[in-house]
Amino acid sequence: MVVIQALFAITGDTCCYTVSLYSVLLNMSEITWNFNVYSARTHVNYEIKGDVAVIRINDPTSKVNTLSVHMQKEMTEIMDEIWANNAITSAVLISSKPGCFIAGADINMIQACKSTEEVTNLSQEGQKMFEKIEKSPKPVIAAINGSCLGGGLELAIACQYRVATKNKKTVLGTPEVLLGLLPGAGGTQRLPKMIGLPGAFDMMLTGRNIRSDKAKKMGLVHQLVDTLGPGLKSPEERTIEYLEEIAVDCARGIVNKKIPLAKEKSMMQKIQDYIMSYPFVRNQIYSTVQKKVMKQTKGLYPAPLKIIECVKAGMEQGLDAGYLAESQNFGKLAMTSESRALIGLYHGQVACKKNRFGVPKKDVKTLAILGAGLMGAGIAQVSVDKGINTILKDTTLEGLNRGQQQVYKGLNDKTKKKSITSFERDSTLSSLTGQLDYSGFQKADMVIEAVFEDIAIKHKVLREVEAVTSPECIFASNTSALPIKDIAAASTRPEKVVGMHYFSPVDKMQLLEIITTDKTSKDTTASAVAVGLKQGKIIIVVGDGPGFYTTRCLAPMLAEAVRVLQEGVDPKKLDSLTTGFGFPVGAATLADEVGIDVAAHVAEDLGKAFGSRFGGGDPELLKTMVEKGFKGRKSGKGCYLYQPGLKHKDVNPELEEILELYKMTPNPAVSSDSDVQYRLVSRFVNEAVLCLQEGILANPVEGDIGAVFGLGFPPCLGGPFRFVDTFGADKLVEKMRRFEEVYGNQFTPCSLLLDHAKDPSKKFHK
Amino acid sequence: ALKPLGKTLSKPGVRNVVLVEGVRTPFLQAGTTYADLMAHDLARGALQGLLNRTAFPKEAVDYIVYGTVIQEVKTSNVAREAALGAGFSDKTPAHTVTMACISSNQAMTTAVGLVASGQCDAVVAGGVEFMSDVPIRHSRKMRKMMLSLNRARTLGARLSLLGSLRLSHLVPELPAVSEFSTAEMMGHSADRLAAAFGISRLDQDEFALRSHVLAKKAQDEGLLTDIVDFKVPGKDIVSKDNGIRPSTMEQMSKLKPAFIKPHGTVTAANSSYLTDGASAVLIMSEEKALAMGYKPKAYLRDFVYVSQDPKDQLLLGPTYAIPKVLERSGLTLADIDAFEFHEAFAGQVLANLTAMESDWFAQNCMGRKAKVGAPPMEKFNLWGGSLSLGHPFAATGCRLVTMVAHRLKKEGGQYGLVAACAAGGQGHAMLVEACPQ
Repeated sequence: MVVIQALFAITGDTCCYTVSLYSVLLNMSEITWNFNVYSARTHVNYEIKGDVAVIRINDPTSKVNTLSVHMQKEMTEIMDEIWANNAITSAVLISSKPGCFIAGADINMIQACKSTEEVTNLSQEGQKMFEKIEKSPKPVIAAINGSCLGGGLELAIACQYRVATKNKKTVLGTPEVLLGLLPGAGGTQRLPKMIGLPGAFDMMLTGRNIRSDKAKKMGLVHQLVDTLGPGLKSPEERTIEYLEEIAVDCARGIVNKKIPLAKEKSMMQKIQDYIMSYPFVRNQIYSTVQKKVMKQTKGLYPAPLKIIECVKAGMEQGLDAGYLAESQNFGKLAMTSESRALIGLYHGQVACKKNRFGVPKKDVKTLAILGAGLMGAGIAQVSVDKGINTILKDTTLEGLNRGQQQVYKGLNDKTKKKSITSFERDSTLSSLTGQLDYSGFQKADMVIEAVFEDIAIKHKVLREVEAVTSPECIFASNTSALPIKDIAAASTRPEKVVGMHYFSPVDKMQLLEIITTDKTSKDTTASAVAVGLKQGKIIIVVGDGPGFYTTRCLAPMLAEAVRVLQEGVDPKKLDSLTTGFGFPVGAATLADEVGIDVAAHVAEDLGKAFGSRFGGGDPELLKTMVEKGFKGRKSGKGCYLYQPGLKHKDVNPELEEILELYKMTPNPAVSSDSDVQYRLVSRFVNEAVLCLQEGILANPVEGDIGAVFGLGFPPCLGGPFRFVDTFGADKLVEKMRRFEEVYGNQFTPCSLLLDHAKDPSKKFHK
Repeated sequence: ALKPLGKTLSKPGVRNVVLVEGVRTPFLQAGTTYADLMAHDLARGALQGLLNRTAFPKEAVDYIVYGTVIQEVKTSNVAREAALGAGFSDKTPAHTVTMACISSNQAMTTAVGLVASGQCDAVVAGGVEFMSDVPIRHSRKMRKMMLSLNRARTLGARLSLLGSLRLSHLVPELPAVSEFSTAEMMGHSADRLAAAFGISRLDQDEFALRSHVLAKKAQDEGLLTDIVDFKVPGKDIVSKDNGIRPSTMEQMSKLKPAFIKPHGTVTAANSSYLTDGASAVLIMSEEKALAMGYKPKAYLRDFVYVSQDPKDQLLLGPTYAIPKVLERSGLTLADIDAFEFHEAFAGQVLANLTAMESDWFAQNCMGRKAKVGAPPMEKFNLWGGSLSLGHPFAATGCRLVTMVAHRLKKEGGQYGLVAACAAGGQGHAMLVEACPQ
């Protein structure tokens, strides 16, 4: 049950932008891009209902609507016709797609631009078009069902009135920041005026999705519409129709002055407005937000800062200055490497949410999990959540109780946050069966073991499982380092054995690393991927070998971190160096979270497998820590001291004594802050490239996704492979050669990296 | 000798179960003349009324089953308390059932089962609802403290418990008005249902008006003969329902939506209202009834209970139940002479009728090849319904069955069909056959 706990999520409750950046990025699968097909009125159409024009958006080439050049052109034409037609007094803007209003601007349209000016131009066109809608003499009502994000939201807030369905899929948000961009079609100007500075900053800087009920409270939408069940049509179809009916009524109500556009402001709102009318207060907000962003992004992400700049320009110097700042900054951001990295991750994440192994022959309906520890229970939680019948088996009643409590708590926390009702919590829990024996295993379609990380125990449970399950049942091992073929050696049906490496905490970490051996059948892999996708995971499928991909990349970096500690850098400094490079969690904290014992165990195992390349720090240091009981957060002591209820943590004073024992003299030639950072990162990156070279990785995209989502590789760098592309393989090799002179083969660049260094035209990403 | 009119639904080897008599107290809007009573008072009124009207020997009652929805905690088995109070024999066992708005249907079908299986010959069934007073509880925190106080031994322990009293302890807990599983109010669900089937506000108001007009007519013509007078201590004798108020379309159209604001269509005027009332029926085996010299009103034949999605199809019970009960008995909709549907909301009734007329709904939601069809309005709820007569939740079922029996007699029909929806996404339908005159 060893866990490589790489962590975005464990940094506590502080709303950390880099952290939320990620948790949200994953939820953005709605945003896609489309291929522009140029023909007459294929994406937008309108129908005149009495005196109201109903404009329907439906991109025929995609599951979602995006604001492409083509769609914007058709929309402009239609708006001009509506304004020119005297019989029309108002308009309703609605999407014909059940789960999507408009999911954002067309990313490809932005990526196709070659220069800052080109992108600035795009932004200005958008600004103009939306301003025309905002100033429309005939009221335009946005009828929102499904995702209303990015450019879609900017269009909606340019309309005079917004009606949204209570559908769970109806979310509003400005996720541009997650792609290293900003809302570039007037969003930075309209949002603060509509919902106030604090709310607007929160939306634009976190990029989080806002459900329609919350949006109503914030003043982002005016009216909510219930979703409908089946009637004379499908629920989806009828709900859109109903939304349209109500929006049309609203349009007439606005024209007849029965529905006022200026809302009655609440007392709180009035007080807030009054306070905000003082420039002093506003400046205070800008500087507080700026400080917070700097603290959380270490200045590595330019987009949040530019967003603050645009808002400030608009609020303090007027709309023209605001629009100008917005369009120019949008152009600048689109050309940054950070934005390219984030967009690359976005595309990669979409790719890793597909099953490239096809549809499995049999659906996994019943899943059994062995071991109700942190991992086992975590896997159970994300499975029952999706309606999979789940058996959670442990060997002791205490262990089982702890595990079941963990699942309950996970669901109950959602109830507290009101994302599910207590009734949904209970009915979800009804698909979980906790037990101590193998009863009912004959029905299991898949068994995932999350027992102690010891090959003998793994073999024991594998044999026990195969004795009670059907021949079709898949056996998956949640191991973080043991080669799957070694585990499969005890199996009578090795084609059914696969590795499923989850990351802790399972309900927060979205990566799943699936490991296949030579014998694993394609159908088994397809099934494992299907289960992972159902559990909401982003999946990479890698080849078998010690440490697979993720653990193998992390181990040399941690070995280097130990050496850095031995050279006299204290844990806090080590942490600030790593977070300063863009890792969400510092190396010392990471070791504590992973568990010093686990790190020692992995270091030893992989050290045996890979030899001196995995050396660096003295493995005995970790062992000594374990002997003293400094196992990391779980034991209360590790590199740091952990006290329950205390967020602040101090360095473990007893660690210094140990470090004194293992002290090494740093070589000043390779010990500057920057050198230390590159020593840590280059070993990670080199090992990743080697994994691609050896065929452990199928492609660089999965390598980037695995490193960022599983290990916290700096998102602004886009993953090890994009980092090499951007930074330059030659420059990296140059640095490594310098380190190699001092430390030896741990820094020897692999041959694939050397190939890239020799030929600058070679890139991992096109 | 008995000769049925046409084909009878009598089954070989199964005892014929008959409705001998059905009565009810007048149904009054909550908070009016019954306001100071308790649920079992009304139940006593109905039970005593049944005894009086039938002159049935008390000791011949084998069993009593009674329904209730909002339970008065003092009389949790209201069947027993009311029976004792109404002068039934203390040797007659009684139990209480609950199944939301079809609680007394459940009481009646329980009785039918007891008689059909030969366990009993004469069973009294019924139901009561008292909405003028509902149990409002102390908050959970307060209850917990009071219970701990009970167990505290020393003065110090008691004082320290009392010291933990906070203002928030005093916030009372009202009985749940929304569906437990979905946390949605029934009216809200009804509004969404009406919208799903495209039922307009105008249609709903018209249907509600129809209900009130027909109820008024039935009241004026003296057709509501199931009512027994009820003497309220210290007040008048009540002998009429008081919620029948035919209004005008214009007045009804002025009301604002009650649940979905501002664009909903369900209003106070096109919904059933909170009502106090009780009902009771005498159910017997046919042979015993005849042997005792009674003229049964009707046979109680096939019945079904159904359930479906409590979120989007909360009130569609009748649509699901009717095809099933017709198939069980080999009848078609055209064979039915009198329909009595429970009217929870005008929008709900019309949604059911629309669903029954829809092939799309039959095929996509019910797994049937084709629609079953909707009842013709000239046979439908001709003496008013729950919208106008009132709807004391657990008393409505007996009112429906007795009314359909009376209508069959009056109109000379043979088959009647009763259908009702209930909270929890459940539903019920029963076929009633007229006894030969």
